[in-house]
Amino acid sequence: MSGTQGQTALTARQAGLVGCQSCGRVHAMGTSHCIRCGSALHSRMPGSLQKVWAWLFAGMVVYIPANIYPMLLTSSLGRTTESTIIGGVIDLIDYGSFGVALIVFVASVLIPVGKFLAIGYLALVVRPGSRITKGSGLHGRQHLFEVVEFIGRWSMIDVFVVAILSALVQLDFAATINPGIAAVSFSLSVAFTMLAAQSFDPRLIWDAEEAQAA
Amino acid sequence: MTRIVMLAATALVLMVAAVFFPFLELSAGGMVRRSSLLDAVLAFSSGMMLPLTFAVAALIIVLPVIRLGTIVYALAPMALGWHPAKHAVAAFRVAQALSPWAMAEIFIVGVSVALVKVAGLAKLSFGPAFWTFTILVLVTILSDNYMCRLTVWKTLEERRRR
Repeated sequence: MSGTQGQTALTARQAGLVGCQSCGRVHAMGTSHCIRCGSALHSRMPGSLQKVWAWLFAGMVVYIPANIYPMLLTSSLGRTTESTIIGGVIDLIDYGSFGVALIVFVASVLIPVGKFLAIGYLALVVRPGSRITKGSGLHGRQHLFEVVEFIGRWSMIDVFVVAILSALVQLDFAATINPGIAAVSFSLSVAFTMLAAQSFDPRLIWDAEEAQAA
Repeated sequence: MTRIVMLAATALVLMVAAVFFPFLELSAGGMVRRSSLLDAVLAFSSGMMLPLTFAVAALIIVLPVIRLGTIVYALAPMALGWHPAKHAVAAFRVAQALSPWAMAEIFIVGVSVALVKVAGLAKLSFGPAFWTFTILVLVTILSDNYMCRLTVWKTLEERRRR
């Protein structure tokens, strides 16, 4: 038993209907295109979980070089120092700007890693036949998905910081900042995990309840 | 509806100013460096990182412009009480699909982080484009807040039928 008042919710599929994901209009099952906005209709996105896993793994793979290789190359008076993502955070702490260090750390470490875990968890628990089918958690899962979808884009902060710094600090001998190769793999990682979140079909979350009721 | 269109149109005008005026000014040891938004975009244009230039340009300039443009195109005729434009449905779908990828507001946060990093190194001053871009972000957020996706679709459908 779940749902807020303790009754089971009726899914659109059980009612023989299919909702448009783009504009929210409801159609009879079997309609192929939405008559309001023209986008393709699916009761459940075909191959949703496969796409999620593919994008998620791609995102995780490119996140590794993003942390190993330097993000920023700073040359000052002939000396060149390289700093990685974590190195940049440590530099900021050394300057005493803890707030900004926290922002960068959250945006480029906590959010990506949290997103890997959250999307992986969601994709695991919505599998048909998953044993983790506690009905009370369904609302939580929906919230988790919404948070992941909303917050994912904010990881791009660090890439923009690198872009601005290297455009601005070009003072020949005194100080020059150039972007490192990690910037590329980091932005790829963000883009891939955003695609993973977008290919996840949130309606799969509520199928656990349907399976339980049946 | 009128309010959304006005705000989106304002944001479009501001974007033009933001791209071409100098964005930030850095001076250290008698040397002055001005950079515009375009310079920030071109920062990655050397060697292997060229694709990232296109990505950054898309995320902070091109996609926000397309998104605002399609919103104005889809909603302006309706705000004036006319029949919706011919491709209003397609345009609004594009706007909706682009919304997670238009990252102007994230760029602003990135700018503030970069400012803190540079602050110790040199003296910084803001150019006119910095302010226009900040206002642009605020206006965009405001117009997104007024806009209800489902209501727009509903109105679009009703007006089209008449």
